[in-house]
Amino acid sequence: MGIQDRLIEDVGLRRGVSRLTPESIEKTVNAVINGETGARLKAYAETCMRCGLCAEACHFSQSHPGDPSYTPAGKVHQTMGVLLKTKGRVTPDEIYGIAQLAYTECNLCRRCVHYCPIGIDTGYIMSTVRRICHMLGVTPQYIQDTAHSHSATFNQMWVKDDEWTDTLMWQEEEARDEFPDLRIPLDKEGADIYYSVIAPEPKFRTQLIYQAAAIMHMAGADWTMPSEPGWDNSDMCMFTGDFEMMGRLKRKHFESAQKLKVKRIVMGECGHAFRSIYDMGNRAVGWKMPPVPVIHSIAYFWELMTEGKIKLAKKYPGPVTIHDPCNVVRGQGLHNKLRELVRFLIDGDIIETASHGEHNLCCTAGGGVINCGPPFKNVRVAGSKSKADELRATGVKTIIAPCHNCHGGLEDTVHSYKLGMEIKFLGDIIYECMEKPEA
Amino acid sequence: MNAAYEFVTGPLAWLAWGIFLLGSAYRLVSMYQLAKAKDTSAIAFMSWGYSLRSIINWLIPFNALGWRKNPLMTLGTFAFHICLLGAPIFLVAHVMLWDQSFGVSYVTIPDQVADIMTLVVIAACLYFAGRRIVQPEVRYITTCQDWVALVIVLAPFLTGFLAYHQALLDYQLMIILHVVAGEIMLAAIPFTRLSHMVFVVFTRAYMGSEFGGVRHARDW
Repeated sequence: MGIQDRLIEDVGLRRGVSRLTPESIEKTVNAVINGETGARLKAYAETCMRCGLCAEACHFSQSHPGDPSYTPAGKVHQTMGVLLKTKGRVTPDEIYGIAQLAYTECNLCRRCVHYCPIGIDTGYIMSTVRRICHMLGVTPQYIQDTAHSHSATFNQMWVKDDEWTDTLMWQEEEARDEFPDLRIPLDKEGADIYYSVIAPEPKFRTQLIYQAAAIMHMAGADWTMPSEPGWDNSDMCMFTGDFEMMGRLKRKHFESAQKLKVKRIVMGECGHAFRSIYDMGNRAVGWKMPPVPVIHSIAYFWELMTEGKIKLAKKYPGPVTIHDPCNVVRGQGLHNKLRELVRFLIDGDIIETASHGEHNLCCTAGGGVINCGPPFKNVRVAGSKSKADELRATGVKTIIAPCHNCHGGLEDTVHSYKLGMEIKFLGDIIYECMEKPEA
Repeated sequence: MNAAYEFVTGPLAWLAWGIFLLGSAYRLVSMYQLAKAKDTSAIAFMSWGYSLRSIINWLIPFNALGWRKNPLMTLGTFAFHICLLGAPIFLVAHVMLWDQSFGVSYVTIPDQVADIMTLVVIAACLYFAGRRIVQPEVRYITTCQDWVALVIVLAPFLTGFLAYHQALLDYQLMIILHVVAGEIMLAAIPFTRLSHMVFVVFTRAYMGSEFGGVRHARDW
């Protein structure tokens, strides 16, 4: 029972371990543990009483009842536990399993925090394991490709500089059929709002940019988008363990906003990018809090609704359920605003899943897990069984999920478990229901 | 036998308390130094208010999600910790020792109550041991250190109970064993899993500070 019994072939992991020797592993593991970790890891390793209370917290262990190797403490036991106990004296094959577990069987969602009396942050421990794997050069191929893209282009999807502005101008042109005087203002200095997106939006979810532009336009917002790198708020380097790049990405992003002298950054409906901007990336560069105020779409849309800046022509037919993305509920406690906003938008009830708000159950896609790609899709879908059960129990047909990764994961979950539910962004619903000019 | 008793309640007691107090202080100071050197991005977020908020919320039985989902363990661990601290501190015989040695005296609990509390500690230890053997998620992560910690805690209560009821062994011998077991427990606190007694306030406070000040969400 354990990761060694369920290894999956991945080109990135395989090539990575093929270059390792026991000596290089020992050296790197200790360099990270002695050089980059401190009292936190030491205290966690020592004070974990091995009580097993966290077992029930994790959607992976809920979805694999009776298999303790999927519990939070069980996963730490097989990864950091081994590295600390052996002082890094492990074989390349063991590193393969450690990496596979850390990258694909923990979403860093931090739900286990609500179960641990000691206050151990398993997400931090698994991030540190990933950091070690990154330093060893053992990372799953798909997510490493996005990290490479970040390094080369400062965006996640190899979007070229001209393609970026071209995409924005294309969306502006499209939208002007519906909103004749709509603009996507580029590089407008001193604008109230700098709108930032993740690279998959220009790459294959351009309708999200269209919708955001339509909402900004109808709200009469003074907004802008940057034409140069820095526009992508996403951060897969945070998840591979490439903390140097994580810092560079966030510095670029914030400096791009500072250069335009904007009042604040509004970001699209993304969870992991919020984690990078508000929690991990800013700290990596030494900013205790983001140097430019950042607000997530949930809070921005909530503002628009409460201030009456967007008028609704109709309400979206309910009932609906809400999927809380961990990075914004356990990241900034936005669950209450999310519910107030949804009540503005829908006609009908919110039927809650059994675990909701800051106690939400993860979509199983976050933390870079979905970005590890097709080799690990089945593991991910199997791990979301408990989420599927909770969703099915609501009996509703619509899930509102304000996070791109959650969408990707929930689409697979809904499909695989035949839930027959549609998944909506807040922007989808606002765009569909808001008053628009007579075309 | 008398000489042995004198030794374990004299020099050995000083040694045990010394290791416990100085050892704990050493662990705390060195951990703080390490945190200052390596965990500045964590220390920067520490907050008194949110630390207390988290500690208080976790001290209320069945308040945290983890407690609610594991009611038996919640009862077990709260009863265990209350009795583990309460029985030895307020036991008449122990307060008399403080009084004899240092002239310090304070409130005590009746012996019958202490007896029941001791049984609670023993029962809880057996329950914890049972979990480690029977429950797969606990067995999977249990290490040798966890068993050592459990035996170290069980020993003074078991010997104390047997001594009080003058069972199994000669009273004199049993009381010496009891004193030694208690001293082993004290001395082990800074250097075994029992160190969570020293550190848990800080791990809890840090998590509370992060969740309160940065994440604006409950950590319970």
